[in-house]
Amino acid sequence: MASYSIPQLRSHLFYVLMAVAGAIVLAAMFAVHSMEEQGHIITGMNNQIVWGMPHVFAIFLIIAASGVLNVSSIGSVFNKPAYKVRAPLAGLLSIAMLAGGLTVLMLDLGRPDRIIVAATNFNPTSVFAWNVVLYSGMFAAVTVYLWTLMEQRMYEWSKPAAFVVFIWRFVLTTGTGVIFSFLVARQAYGTAILPPLFIVISFAWGLAVFHVVQAAIYEWNGKLLDEYVQKRMRNLMGVFVIASLYFVATYHLTNIYFARQTEFESFILVEGGIYPQLFWIGYVLLGNVLPLLLIYLPALDRFKRIPVASLFIILGGFCLLYVFIIGGQAFPLDIFPGYSVSSSFADGEIGTYQPSLPEILLGLGGVGVAFLISAIGIRVLDFVPRELPKK
Amino acid sequence: MSDINLQRRNFLKTAAGAAMVTVAPGMLLFDVAHGNPQSVGKVRWGMLIDTAACVPGCNDCVTACNKENGLSGGTSATDPQWIRKIEIKDISSGREVSLPMMCQHCEHPPCVDVCPTGASFKRMDGIVLVDKHLCIGCRYCMMACPYKARSFVHEPLSDQNPDVPRGKGTVESCTMCVHRIDQGGQPACAEACANKVILFGDLNDPDSEIAKKVRSVVSTQIRADLKLNPGVRYQGL
Repeated sequence: MASYSIPQLRSHLFYVLMAVAGAIVLAAMFAVHSMEEQGHIITGMNNQIVWGMPHVFAIFLIIAASGVLNVSSIGSVFNKPAYKVRAPLAGLLSIAMLAGGLTVLMLDLGRPDRIIVAATNFNPTSVFAWNVVLYSGMFAAVTVYLWTLMEQRMYEWSKPAAFVVFIWRFVLTTGTGVIFSFLVARQAYGTAILPPLFIVISFAWGLAVFHVVQAAIYEWNGKLLDEYVQKRMRNLMGVFVIASLYFVATYHLTNIYFARQTEFESFILVEGGIYPQLFWIGYVLLGNVLPLLLIYLPALDRFKRIPVASLFIILGGFCLLYVFIIGGQAFPLDIFPGYSVSSSFADGEIGTYQPSLPEILLGLGGVGVAFLISAIGIRVLDFVPRELPKK
Repeated sequence: MSDINLQRRNFLKTAAGAAMVTVAPGMLLFDVAHGNPQSVGKVRWGMLIDTAACVPGCNDCVTACNKENGLSGGTSATDPQWIRKIEIKDISSGREVSLPMMCQHCEHPPCVDVCPTGASFKRMDGIVLVDKHLCIGCRYCMMACPYKARSFVHEPLSDQNPDVPRGKGTVESCTMCVHRIDQGGQPACAEACANKVILFGDLNDPDSEIAKKVRSVVSTQIRADLKLNPGVRYQGL
């Protein structure tokens, strides 16, 4: 009897998790309804911090959605069997996170009811408009790729499909980075390093999400992850974390070198209160140093070091985006270089931002959508990696 | 005719085709981004602001703008401000200047470039506006504007001026009082200023007062380094 109780318990737990995620999504819908009724006044966003918490969540999800596909690319494009068996799961996670991220972006609009206008009126010079194409194309490309993987007769097409996805996600993450690169007058943005930086952090964050989900699935099904696969994927994540830290460091170091940027850097890295704290403690220490120790110190093996490292990488990702998006806007525009300025419109002042419950709920709703799509997909379709142990 | 010639011809044809396919989209985007020089309108509405005559603490232009456009006049972080007074102080010399700041009506407006739906647009006469029916409220234009000229409508509106439609959830900014200009009038701020600080007119008409003055006095554009060619110029900066 006892052997039946565990699956039963798991089945119950599954529905409990579904209910929790569903409740979060419902709460997010209520938050959106309130924002629609009362306007963005109920969020912490204002005329200086125009993008807030929803954008932190949305951009994290979109970046991770692109990065998680590394698993597919390494499997199908570069023919590594250990990754190929994981490619369908990576594809599902990508679609789920992309859907979650776009839901948040869309529902944060001042007029979400007009979303169709974004399709009918297309401004070819706008990177936002390009991204509308890139994001919808990504859904299509990944769906076709999943089809070639899961339908035996189409399997021979999986490599070309994977190649299209491989190219597409690079362009997509470039497009996401370029949203900020194209902002000519903002000290935090307007640099060409952002698209490659976004691509590299997408590798780290996407793989971290993959590790968390994979660990949960294996735990759930009482399976043990092969040591060889563990080692390979662990080392790969380590390399990605180091590479992303390198890009972030390069971004800040080049800024520090320019006299016109030093004030901004001292704000973000030293004097800006919450922003330097989140950067150094949240991103550098918890999001990079700690995960690297967990990844590379075998002495820590008795802990579930890979999923734990992954969770910290994800936490660090959110911290970095908060600093980058909100801290970047909080620093005032330099409209009159060489002058100190003051006005009723907070010119020359550090912008204030206090995230409110509705916008946090909206962001969490995006995570909830991604969770629901992944969990239901994994339960009803064949996404669990199956492989023979390898020595 | 030998086979070699035919091959050569085919090669040339393919090469020419490939070159066209490569270059054409770039040319198309360049045209879209920079406009056709021949289609630029004859009129370019602009302003020349004499900062030497602008009195620190005087807010008449701001009050007139709020009244004309039905703005609340509130100055919280979420209240729209289409025009504001900025006090600036030269960090090295200590010289202080007071000036009004609003949408600079750029010739190459970043807000128009980044707007996904084309809601931000520039009229043939140089006035930069937001089409309230197309704006989806993404606020990308607010991120892109170097002058912090745009506001987002954070709250429901009431008692609107029928000439100046606004909408909750959309972005807005100084329209240069386009509804007045189109009827031969002046922007409310220019009219309200007792010191005649704001000179409004057609920059492209060599006989207009503004064009003559721009030719005879030293004036500057704010953040001229960005090469956006704003239609608002400042004297005495």
